Amino acid sequence: MQRGELPTWVDVGLIPLINLTIAFVVAGLVVLIIGENPFQAIWILLSTPLSSLSGWFNIIYYATNFIFTGLCVAVAFHAGLFNIGGEGQAYIGGLGAATPGLLIGGALAAVLPVWVSTPITLLICLVASFAVGALWGWFPGYLQAKRGSHIVITTIMLNYITSSVMVYMINMVFRPVGKMAVESRAIDDAYIMNARELGRLVGMKLPASPLNPGLFVALAAAWGVWYLLWRTKLGYEIRAVGANMDASIYAGINPARIIMITMAISGGLAGLMAFHEVLGAQHRLVLEYVQGAGFVGIAVALMGRSHPVGIVLAALLFGLLYQGGTELSFANQNINRDMVVVIQGLVILFMGALEQTFRPYLGAIFAKVE
Amino acid sequence: MTTPAIELIGIDKRFGAVHANIDVNLTIAQGSIHGIIGENGAGKSTLMSILFGFYHADKGEIKVRGQPVKIRSSTDAISHGIGMVHQHFMLVEPFTVLENVILGVEGGRLIGPALAKARASLKHLAEEYELDVDPDAIIGDLPVGLQQRVEILKALYKGAEVLILDEPTGVLTPAEADHLFRILKTLRDEGKTVILITHKLREIMAVTDQVSVMRRGEVVANFATKDTSVEQLAEAMVGRRVLLNVNKTPATPGDVLLDVRNVTWRDKTKVARVDNVSFTVRKGEIVGIAGVSGNGQSELLDVITGITKAASGEVFFKGEDVAAIDDAGELRRRGMAHVPEDRHHRGLITSFSAAESAILGYQYAPDLGKGFRLNRDAVINRTRKEMEEFDVRPPDPFLKSAKFSGGNQQKIILAREIGSNPDLLVIGQPTRGVDIGAIEFIHRRIIALRDAGKAILLVSVELDEIRSLSDRILVMFAGRVMGERGPDATEGDLGLLMAGVSKEAA
Repeated sequence: MQRGELPTWVDVGLIPLINLTIAFVVAGLVVLIIGENPFQAIWILLSTPLSSLSGWFNIIYYATNFIFTGLCVAVAFHAGLFNIGGEGQAYIGGLGAATPGLLIGGALAAVLPVWVSTPITLLICLVASFAVGALWGWFPGYLQAKRGSHIVITTIMLNYITSSVMVYMINMVFRPVGKMAVESRAIDDAYIMNARELGRLVGMKLPASPLNPGLFVALAAAWGVWYLLWRTKLGYEIRAVGANMDASIYAGINPARIIMITMAISGGLAGLMAFHEVLGAQHRLVLEYVQGAGFVGIAVALMGRSHPVGIVLAALLFGLLYQGGTELSFANQNINRDMVVVIQGLVILFMGALEQTFRPYLGAIFAKVE
Repeated sequence: MTTPAIELIGIDKRFGAVHANIDVNLTIAQGSIHGIIGENGAGKSTLMSILFGFYHADKGEIKVRGQPVKIRSSTDAISHGIGMVHQHFMLVEPFTVLENVILGVEGGRLIGPALAKARASLKHLAEEYELDVDPDAIIGDLPVGLQQRVEILKALYKGAEVLILDEPTGVLTPAEADHLFRILKTLRDEGKTVILITHKLREIMAVTDQVSVMRRGEVVANFATKDTSVEQLAEAMVGRRVLLNVNKTPATPGDVLLDVRNVTWRDKTKVARVDNVSFTVRKGEIVGIAGVSGNGQSELLDVITGITKAASGEVFFKGEDVAAIDDAGELRRRGMAHVPEDRHHRGLITSFSAAESAILGYQYAPDLGKGFRLNRDAVINRTRKEMEEFDVRPPDPFLKSAKFSGGNQQKIILAREIGSNPDLLVIGQPTRGVDIGAIEFIHRRIIALRDAGKAILLVSVELDEIRSLSDRILVMFAGRVMGERGPDATEGDLGLLMAGVSKEAA
């Protein structure tokens, strides 16, 4: 074992656990400062969502979004790229998710039975969400590969551009004439039923939640990313470029090409989040539906060690934090929504940005034990 | 007997599971040149880093001139009169010699007085030890040999009584190395103590008084240099008898396979790093390119292997001009294999498993999977086979590439490149940082490939390696080929060419 290397269980188990604990300790201090009981707050945050089926459904619904954005960040990581534009790529993906349903869904439904036309429309929506997100990821990839503009700068700037573009598109293009709310009309022809609605079809009574079969798309995407990275030639090349650019050129790999392809895949995965959220939860194109999921994806990818299995688990944890945060703001008047955002932010800070803080200490401890 | 300059008593150091120094005892006599020799990873550098304060020993004691001392940092080491000349120089290139010498000992807010003091003392040192350097020259403009002299001056200026030199001759021509040895002998005669770390047996024999041999973290033998021999030292280093000379029959060259014509390559500042180079390599011969590191050999390899394009000139490989191809994969498909000079930065990906490194560049080989798929079993099986054939230890395809020793990493790369059954093997520094046992093996494989009728272009900064392997020797200096010699060329003759002195030109 070399210096700085830790046993796998420490790396994927102990370190995240320590980071999480410290995040909760600091969050607890913040709760204490505003005069509330931190133990009670954290108890509500963690236990309430887990004690009901509807809580679980909500956790998994949030996690589904985070799986997509986590995978988006992870794929780019493997090529040595830090894509912090997941937020914008997921947002613009909404154009791909909504447009086919609004434009051709009706025409298809007119000539085909609903049980045929809806899956076809949804499939087109799925491909289009990926494609639009991919285009939005490819562009900074192109700027990086061919123009040397740093991807961190370009992706974050694109987030702002996206935000304006989407306000314009939804307000000026998608909003039906005469409608007050800034949103598109309902996308009835590409409607993904949620768990409760599906349950009702088979006579089961399930709690209300936005949980929908988009989850299976997320799990399939997670498997697909794993297969791509570790079982295909392209994935090998992506990882080679990320690990060692010089060795990649020596191996006849064209890094510029790999950077553009990787960013397109990364953006496409973020775009799939729009498919899940717009068609499975909102059922119309609305403003700001991404709600920070793109940034949570960074923490999810870091915590999940950029491995799909880790990402699914980390996404569940963040799903719990989101749902727990909502429950907490209901249960305690003094801990409002903003307070919950602070707590979530602390977790992201310790899991993501300060993720490596305790490594050297653990490394020293384990070097002694060896 | 006088008090020894340095005594290391029971030094022990671990890095995790690696036991870098095991109960090392070493005594270095005042006013001697003491060689420390050993294979890569034998613990020489760790030991010297402990002495110079970069690492702390887990156990053990250091005595300087009989006094027990604690050395916590390089500042401590310097205050005890220990100076070090690193393999990679620690100089600020845009600064003058004088400014570099006072670096770290400016003494006050204004540097004027320090500069004046240094100037006087430099003059004095130059007279005393034949260490002549223009104090106002910019470091970046000086040749490597002189830069090294500045490093020695820096140490002496700071009051070094004991001077540690880590692999000092790697970057020098034979003549520069000889000059360095003269300087070291002068230093010794003036009462200084010199510790010379090297893996070159010949240098040990040429310059040292005492020699300690390290193997696997331990000092396994101490000799007075005059009582030992190259063979005895090699045996102590490796732990068994080694064949130092390669047996090979004369070459039977066939058709020309690689024909390089007037190739020039310029760097970003438009300087020709490869300058109008022409030569050929035929089937069944080894053409060696000798030269001091940094004289255009690396750039020439990059041009030939398609990592970069030539600025002008032609490279005919199997009769086709490939000078414009900057895709290493394309040349590989045409039958050119390449063992790169720098295995950590190019030859393999240290964070990948051995199996993944063992297919680097061959990821599109048809037997490793159809279409876009990479067949993992095929990759593992191929790696197992190659590991067995090239005696890679441990033969574990799943082990991370970084965890193999230098020699075994090099064997993984060689197995991959030779295993592709190339028509031309371009090989840079085949045995850099490789232990003696593996060197023997690698040399035999290269000759076996030649005897199988393949063409080999060899670049090495080790003159011995070039002379023992090559059928023809080209010498590069400042981007140009200075001349061609046969395998029986003398070291002196080649040394002159390496220094840029050409009889043809004269």
